[in-house]
Amino acid sequence: MCNSISRSLTRRGGSVLFLAAVFSIAFVAPSLIAATAPAPTIEITKFTFAPKEITVAPGTKIVWTNSDEVPHTVTARDKSVDSKALDTGDKFEHTFTEEGDFQYFCTVHPFMTGVVHIRKH
Amino acid sequence: MKTYDSIQLPPQQDTHDPHRRKALGCLAAWTGAAVVWTVAGGIPRALGATSDGKTAAAAPNALTFVQISDTHIGFKKDANPDVVGSLRRAIADIRALPQAPAFVVHTGDVSHLSKAEEFGQARELLQELKVDRVHTVPGEHDTIDNGLEGYLKFFDHDGKGRGWYSFDQGGVHFVGLTNTLNFKMGTMTSLGDEQLAWLKTDLAGVSHSTPVVVLAHIPMWTVWEPWGWGTADAAQALALLRPFGSVTVLNGHIHQVLQKVEGNVALHTAMSLAYPLPTPGQAGIGEPGPLKVPAGELGKLLGTRQLNLVRGRRELALIDRPLERG
Repeated sequence: MCNSISRSLTRRGGSVLFLAAVFSIAFVAPSLIAATAPAPTIEITKFTFAPKEITVAPGTKIVWTNSDEVPHTVTARDKSVDSKALDTGDKFEHTFTEEGDFQYFCTVHPFMTGVVHIRKH
Repeated sequence: MKTYDSIQLPPQQDTHDPHRRKALGCLAAWTGAAVVWTVAGGIPRALGATSDGKTAAAAPNALTFVQISDTHIGFKKDANPDVVGSLRRAIADIRALPQAPAFVVHTGDVSHLSKAEEFGQARELLQELKVDRVHTVPGEHDTIDNGLEGYLKFFDHDGKGRGWYSFDQGGVHFVGLTNTLNFKMGTMTSLGDEQLAWLKTDLAGVSHSTPVVVLAHIPMWTVWEPWGWGTADAAQALALLRPFGSVTVLNGHIHQVLQKVEGNVALHTAMSLAYPLPTPGQAGIGEPGPLKVPAGELGKLLGTRQLNLVRGRRELALIDRPLERG
């Protein structure tokens, strides 16, 4: 009996979590892909790009902010985009106009990588 | 037991056992201990430890030089708000050596952000060493935005507009390498084919009995790949160096003392003069960022290295000396 109640609660809890996740996605996703929304921000912290992966619509401006005590860069894999050295608190912004995948890294710490997916839908 | 004299070994003690060498290397790494090493035929043997932080008098015909590293001039954060003061303290230590060094080598990250004013200030400070020459190699902080362009305006050693060079002094062949120009996404740095070809040509004219000392910023062996602490094509460079009877590779970058011995090749990283970094893969720390340590501890984790080479004996002694020895 007790086990049954427990399982039931667990299932219900799982459903609630699942619904919360759906709501989160439904709520957040439009703000990421709408060109008129505030520029998505990627924080550079603890030698990582956070979020490491992001999807935006063409025309979206993204802002990177370095929160680490050491310099980092935002540099395209093919070097076509390069922020130059970002000291603590420095920002870099770039607007992506065409669909595709923008793979980038930090030239000072090349193990730091990230990707921006630019999609119309 | 003080930080800097934690290893005491009688001169005759055999340290050729690789496990013992590894243990000593670890001890040195964890304590910043001042250990006197000799290298005969490339195999280091501990002679003994300095008990008072002072240097034993070098042989009259010895070539003495000093390695400093990772000064990061321009860094102003909490981990060390006064990197200029740390460098000046090191300069005072070096000038107080009983035997003036023939020259000083700086194994990179002279500046923090590759700014002209940082390079300029660093060069002025290094002139306070009052030595004939300061040989530098660039670190990745010196080549951030425009490759070697900014660095070479202040530190072009042979006027050839490139970061690598060689010179001979005291019967020793010195090679300065640049391994901070070939960063590719998701990989470790590399020397690159052009530099490897130059190294092959450079070493072709050197007798295998000549001791070789190599300077490069990033370790020439893979210390910790997840943090990029290694050089992807180092094996090709070491293959060119292996025929030589005594090879010493001096690196910086990781802000701590580590060593590795491969046959006749001994590789050493050095302390920084700016801030400490975590040990490779240190538990609870996921990134190689500056460590903030309690007041009074910083000077124990920064320091200089003195090297003595005795001509004819192919011996090389290293003394790692923290700024704070009390």
